[in-house]
Amino acid sequence: MSNEMKRQTLAILVDNESGVLSQISRLFSRKGYNIESLAVGATEHTETSRITIEVMADDDQVRLLANQLRKLFPVHSVKLLTAETSIRRELVLYKVRTPDSTVRNEIIGIANIFRANIIDVAVGSITLSVIGAESKTDAMEKLLREYEILELVRTGVIALERGQETIKDETKEKGEFDYGKNVL
Amino acid sequence: MKLTGAQILMECLLEQEVDTVFGYPGGTILNVYDALYRYNDKIKHVLTAHEQGAAHAADGYARSTGKVGVCFATSGPGATNLTTGIATAHMDSSPVVFISCNVARNLIGKDSFQEVDITGITMPITKCNYIVDSVEKLADTVRAAFAIAKSGRPGPVFIDILKNATGEKAEFKPLPQAEHYTEGKLGAMMRRSSQDFKAPEVDEKDLKTLVDMINASKKPLLICGGGVVRGRAHQEFLEFAEKVDAPVAITLMGAGGICGRNPLATGMIGMHGTQASNMACDACDLLISVGCRFSDRVALAPKTFAKQAKIVHIDIDRAEINKNVHTDHHIVGDAKRVLAKLNEMVQPADHSDWKKYVFSFKTETEYDDIDDALTPKQILSSIAKMLPEDTVVATDVGQHQMWSIQHFRFDYPGQLLTSGGFGTMGFGLGAAIGAKVGNPDKTVIHITGDGSFRMNCNELATVQDYGVPIITFVFNNKTLGMVRQWQTLIYDKRYSETTLSERGPDFVALAKAYGLGGAHVSNVAELEAAIEEAMKCGHGYIIDCAIDMDEKVRPMVGGGSHITDFLLS
Repeated sequence: MSNEMKRQTLAILVDNESGVLSQISRLFSRKGYNIESLAVGATEHTETSRITIEVMADDDQVRLLANQLRKLFPVHSVKLLTAETSIRRELVLYKVRTPDSTVRNEIIGIANIFRANIIDVAVGSITLSVIGAESKTDAMEKLLREYEILELVRTGVIALERGQETIKDETKEKGEFDYGKNVL
Repeated sequence: MKLTGAQILMECLLEQEVDTVFGYPGGTILNVYDALYRYNDKIKHVLTAHEQGAAHAADGYARSTGKVGVCFATSGPGATNLTTGIATAHMDSSPVVFISCNVARNLIGKDSFQEVDITGITMPITKCNYIVDSVEKLADTVRAAFAIAKSGRPGPVFIDILKNATGEKAEFKPLPQAEHYTEGKLGAMMRRSSQDFKAPEVDEKDLKTLVDMINASKKPLLICGGGVVRGRAHQEFLEFAEKVDAPVAITLMGAGGICGRNPLATGMIGMHGTQASNMACDACDLLISVGCRFSDRVALAPKTFAKQAKIVHIDIDRAEINKNVHTDHHIVGDAKRVLAKLNEMVQPADHSDWKKYVFSFKTETEYDDIDDALTPKQILSSIAKMLPEDTVVATDVGQHQMWSIQHFRFDYPGQLLTSGGFGTMGFGLGAAIGAKVGNPDKTVIHITGDGSFRMNCNELATVQDYGVPIITFVFNNKTLGMVRQWQTLIYDKRYSETTLSERGPDFVALAKAYGLGGAHVSNVAELEAAIEEAMKCGHGYIIDCAIDMDEKVRPMVGGGSHITDFLLS
């Protein structure tokens, strides 16, 4: 266990019902954590949603957070995803001012290097989209900051474990949490 | 058959074998109360003076009977008045289903009269909560609420029913309790769960590891926590303690989990723990905690808590493991099941030398008697002497609470009703009413302080109206005693806003105003005469016991201090 604060990624499988997201986010604010990134969406089953949350926390803190999340009734399972064992992606859209064609061409050049897509070109602005892990999107953002970024929007990181393991795998720990919720 | 939502609610309560509901009516819950009017031969409703009293009464009913308590309230202030009671039940894992009605769907979100987002408010203080916006969802939600409240680690569940859902009609199909787990919300939960909830297995390997640890231990100590009480695992716990031959320290919530007079019991542990409990905790080589969450009142300094011991945590709630104290081994499971399995595997041991060491320290506090005045000890001794042994004791919060726990050696789970986790002043009278309604054959007393009693003494109206013969003992020291004790010891005697000397009311006159009996007492003879009178009178009775302002609860260890660093011995 290390006490170093770092970006931690939690994947949470929940009931696809209203109110669940506020229940989850409340837990983070109550325990004093600021959510760095949040992404929610439906899964392969219509009755469940998957939430990916990133927080700054040390290993001990994130373990306690995960445990508190697992206690909530709409939560099916929670998994801590590490950088080494998971694939992480984020979509970022950048709208950059292009006062003239030179700037426009330079930005198209940057887009090509990062394999970003040009999704809108207008007089005076260009909009790019890029998909990747933070290292890639951050590097591109750094270059674009040389110009004037008019707007920037991120979807939040989503992540999946590598290999055939899934968030739904039955583990002894998951069984233990289910026990405390509703053993008769 | 087609029934209204309100009738469906009544039918669902009957499915759960509910015969008593505590509550308070109002505008949005009128349909429910109208249905109740027609079901009053099957469901008894206890009308309290205030919703908070109803919440505590339902909680006290649940704690003392082991059944699920039920509490009704209307929207808005009715619902928010429940919140202290809900939080109290939540912290002490008491199974209560709270039901309120909100404004109808067409008025939701318009800041309508008495509208409040009560599910938002109660989210962090319930095990689970629901909004029911249509009558079709009602039966399924009520069934889920009851199952969730009493299963696993018990706790409060809140249902907010929109008024339209109580008036609309829907087809109602009665379903025996045994089949609730096959349909709807519960069915879905069962299908996605990793194990069979009805016959969960305790992990054999985990048990074996613990047995090996017990065999290797020379100085084992057990902690009897609230999980033993809630799980009614007292017989299994006793057998386990006797087999391991280990001293047993008891937490506030664990009182009654093992008989306090058992020769293995060392008394309470923690901030006001006995010398024996706290010294044993510091010296043991194996600490087995059953159903205790190592709160800051027990594990005052988590880093040095039981520092020489391997700590084993047996708990039903996995999230409690390694939350407050780092443990060396844990078993997740219901105390009754885990201990029953362990008892089959553990060999009887003998730890006479270790016990001799532990019991060389005091297992009770010696308080001096004063001849011409009353002391807390004298009051409690008289109560113990004159009232039946199985008397149920409901307390409020403060010095009187700690004195009661120290003095009474509770015999069985549910005998003590006290707000441990949340520390709710004003809990006692409501809880006592709930306990007496649930246990009409038992004597129920309410021990309180003058500060706590002022909080919710309005429930005397309920005591009077239902003729519940509860004896209230007010430990009247004319101050907020526990706070004063801290001010004396830690704040250099700056008694900021804790002295209540000149404040009314005259508690005996108050009793009279409510049509009850009462007496002021200031010595043992008067006290015992008053108890005699209270037992005979057959209705509520208040005994206002004058005690000294500077009586203290001893021993005391400061918050965050090492468990044997006694501020007071």
